[in-house]
Amino acid sequence: MIGINIYLLIIAIATLLSMYRVFRGPTTVDRVVAVDIMTTITTGLMVLFALYYKRAIFLDVALVYAVLAFLGVIAFARYLEGGV
Amino acid sequence: MIAEIVGEFLVLFGTIFYFLSSLGLIRMPDVYNRMQTATKSATLGSLGVIIGVGIWAIGHVGSYAWLPKTLVIAVFLLLTNPISAHALIRAAYKSGIPLWEGSVVDKYREYLEKEEGKEEVSDETKEGEQ
Amino acid sequence: MGEASKISRYLYTVIVLFVIWLFLTSNLDPQELTIGLLFSLIVGALTYEVFTERGLANFHPRRVAYAILYIPYFLWAMIMANLDVAYRVLHPKRPINPGIVECKTVLTNNVGKLTLANSITLTPGTITLDVKGDRYFIHWIDVKDASVEGASDHITRPFEKFLKVIFE
Repeated sequence: MIGINIYLLIIAIATLLSMYRVFRGPTTVDRVVAVDIMTTITTGLMVLFALYYKRAIFLDVALVYAVLAFLGVIAFARYLEGGV
Repeated sequence: MIAEIVGEFLVLFGTIFYFLSSLGLIRMPDVYNRMQTATKSATLGSLGVIIGVGIWAIGHVGSYAWLPKTLVIAVFLLLTNPISAHALIRAAYKSGIPLWEGSVVDKYREYLEKEEGKEEVSDETKEGEQ
Repeated sequence: MGEASKISRYLYTVIVLFVIWLFLTSNLDPQELTIGLLFSLIVGALTYEVFTERGLANFHPRRVAYAILYIPYFLWAMIMANLDVAYRVLHPKRPINPGIVECKTVLTNNVGKLTLANSITLTPGTITLDVKGDRYFIHWIDVKDASVEGASDHITRPFEKFLKVIFE
């Protein structure tokens, strides 16, 4: 169970690295891709937190978050393609 | 006990791929190659972490109810991540971001130019008819 | 392939919805099962027209067997793809050779094409950029063969063996 702290640390570093691409990214699509990866990582993070606090209700939160993130990215992609 | 070890191993496997995906996001030269490295690794990482938690919970929480739910989340991510990657890469192409200078071939441009050529021709013939 | 009868399509939708409900609640309490069946019947009646075209024919044993075989094959291909990508990311010189190639497919079914596109996106160094009819435009991180035939041999053929049985 001590291991879970290390995994959370690795995930935090991964999120920070993608954050760098969000701020830096030369084009808008770069930023959206970085945000997409961040949402995927966040879904995994929520599931890990469910285990950390031993509360199964957080799994539902993760599922709803995954659905909403997917819709958001699709909306962004349609907008960037020209025409929502 | 075995469930805890297998689950922990899967979670470790997943977090390493999360790390690789964000590293790919930083190291690759253009948006297309970034997407290549980032989407795949992030999807496999999620599969590892989420199913790993489901198996880990059998030993750690002592409940079998977690595994089906984590499977649903994993399958959902497996189905939707490629779709959003596809939508984003097409958006990148349509918004005119050039390919990296080291790219060797671009069949899509040839295809689009051919289509445009056809449309122009048909427009001209219509005008000629009028 | 023509459409299956309404009853078969409706039953297929209800079964799929009920299985999803079982997974989401992960609970075999009779009350949960009753309410789940009730909602599956209602939602199935509203959505079966857009949900499926073939109905119960999807449960043909040959299709199910190939679908079950496809899962480990696909997972293995996906892990290999990720190790390949990891090698490219960690290598100091970034050994990449990207480009957009065109592939042909023999699949005609829409769901089959979607599955093929998703499988391509998740496996060795390829992302589907656009699909027009039977032509796939694919961004490939390491172009080995730029011709249509050669690219199809590398990218779409291995999956089509399975998907042809499952979806055609």
